[in-house]
Amino acid sequence: MTDATLPTTRPGGLKRLVERYPFLPALVIALVLLALNGFYQPRSVSFIGITGLTKTYLALMMLAIAQTYVVYAGDIDLSAGAIVSLVNVVIVVMMEKMGGSGFSVVAALGLGLATGLACGIVNGVVVAALRLQAIVATFATSIFFTGLALYVMPVAGTPAPAAFWRTYGGRFFEIPFVFYAVVVLAIMLYVLARTRLSTQLLAVGDDAQAAFQSGLPVTRIRIQGYALCGLFAALAAFCVTGDTASGDPLVGGKMTLFSVAAVVLGGSALSGGYGTVIGSIIGALIIGLINSLVFFVGTPSEWQNLVQGLAILLALMAGILVGRRARA
Amino acid sequence: MTATTQARPPAPSPVLAFLKQPLVVALALIVALLLLGEALSPGFASAQQILRLLIVAALLGIVAAGQNLVILGGREGIDLSVGGVISLSAIIAGNVMNGADSGILPAIVACIIAGGLIGLFNGLGVTLLRIPPLVMTLGMLGVLQGLLVVVRNGIPSGLAAPGLSQFVTRPFLLGLPGIIWLWVAIGLLMAFMLTRTVYGHRIYAIGSNEQAAYMAGVPVKAVRISLFMLSGVFAAIAGICLLGYSGSSFANVGEQYMLPSIIAVVFGGTPLAGGKGGYTGTMAGALLLVILQGILTTVHIDESGRQMVFGATLLLLMLFYGRGRAMRG
Repeated sequence: MTDATLPTTRPGGLKRLVERYPFLPALVIALVLLALNGFYQPRSVSFIGITGLTKTYLALMMLAIAQTYVVYAGDIDLSAGAIVSLVNVVIVVMMEKMGGSGFSVVAALGLGLATGLACGIVNGVVVAALRLQAIVATFATSIFFTGLALYVMPVAGTPAPAAFWRTYGGRFFEIPFVFYAVVVLAIMLYVLARTRLSTQLLAVGDDAQAAFQSGLPVTRIRIQGYALCGLFAALAAFCVTGDTASGDPLVGGKMTLFSVAAVVLGGSALSGGYGTVIGSIIGALIIGLINSLVFFVGTPSEWQNLVQGLAILLALMAGILVGRRARA
Repeated sequence: MTATTQARPPAPSPVLAFLKQPLVVALALIVALLLLGEALSPGFASAQQILRLLIVAALLGIVAAGQNLVILGGREGIDLSVGGVISLSAIIAGNVMNGADSGILPAIVACIIAGGLIGLFNGLGVTLLRIPPLVMTLGMLGVLQGLLVVVRNGIPSGLAAPGLSQFVTRPFLLGLPGIIWLWVAIGLLMAFMLTRTVYGHRIYAIGSNEQAAYMAGVPVKAVRISLFMLSGVFAAIAGICLLGYSGSSFANVGEQYMLPSIIAVVFGGTPLAGGKGGYTGTMAGALLLVILQGILTTVHIDESGRQMVFGATLLLLMLFYGRGRAMRG
């Protein structure tokens, strides 16, 4: 996005690297955190430890990815967590209604993806076509989606069938299922990054007026961004369901703001036009690693939230400062 | 508000222009909603009910005053930390006064200092480190939530002094409790400040064009920091009043005011981009929001239906206000 400017001074090697790969500062922070985790609790960096971390935070990674696509275009989705809740209860109820067989799981997942997509399109239409302000409009839709989730399942607690969570937490050929999921995810993201849509979203976020004048269908692109966000929020809901093995109409609410934090930690600009999906995944990992580190260093339980909050705030600040210095 | 460009479009009739003002729209909607509420459940628009709605609206409106200032200041100004400040202030106030009237004044001082300090940190992060307000205040919210857990673990939840509870819930003057008069006073002060003082003009200046304001000698950073501090102080005051309203503080009482305070500002006709709008509209916006919620609690539908109707109505109402401009080549 920045290549169009005149290269007046040749920036140094490191600076150029960060400009090319905005997620590098996040990667360094994540590696340091990983090393600290290993120092305080050697078993946390073992195969089992990493598997556990992935299993717990795959949902947040998915939701951070979801958020990234709307942030690309300079938008934001405060309903992402509510979509997770809705899809979670929809698939759990569907699987239960159909008897919990293998087929019911597949059918429920299909319905879950459709639900996420529909929510995303609603958000896109409301924000891009009706031109409401993204922050307040997606907050309003989040209330609506939460209402829907409460309608589908008024009280938390319906269990997911064993076929579902055993698969999510299980192993195939000695390798945990979540690692297959990560590989598939990586391929998907690689393909998505090479599609026209990614570039178009970034172009809209960089300068919507310029994108419009060069003939891009800005409204449609933004709606597609929200639709993609809805789909990945559905995937996040699958991970949540696999991890918690039950339905809860309010399960995703707390995840929304963390997904925004993960995107910023990953080096993407909230103003749009600049960012990477990998960065958001690393950002979600950073949040997970901070949470586990605070636990491993033996912080008294009542102090854990405060230390986590401070560490995340500091990481957010550090990431933004380093990123800006690299781009300045 | 109305553009005075050279090539004037056919002048809209003054009546229509008047009717399209956000404040007028909000007031009309308030009256309509009150009538609707009375029709749905008789007694909804009784004096006592309206008084209760006014008190809740005052709580929201006081938070929204700070939010309004931060948003007016532009540069994507927003304060997500108000929820945390309200909860923290309620628990500080409860412990400082601990049920005694003599502790009210020290409690107010302590809460205002705490709120101002939190706002100062937000403002410093936003101006000196140039962290986007959304990120800075989001991070601050996380810190405050953690701090609340620590505080709650060490000390009891505290008690409101009788004087404070009376101030919030008992009639004081002309049958209205003190908190409503406080809200009216804040409204008058805000209107005076925004329209008649240099400081007020500076807020609009940095909100509409920061660069130009800087060139014209406005101390942009100092003004912006002060806006975040005021937001913290207003949230702290709301926290004290909330303690008086509920008697004792409980976990995360403030969080339910965070996003509604932003919506009240938007309903009041201040766009999130900042630089224009005012507080009078925000007061109407807060009333509108509270009455809407009031109607939904009196109507007999499940929680799920209530939330769906609330979300859909919010979207519908937003269509009346500051929609973005269509793209033109």
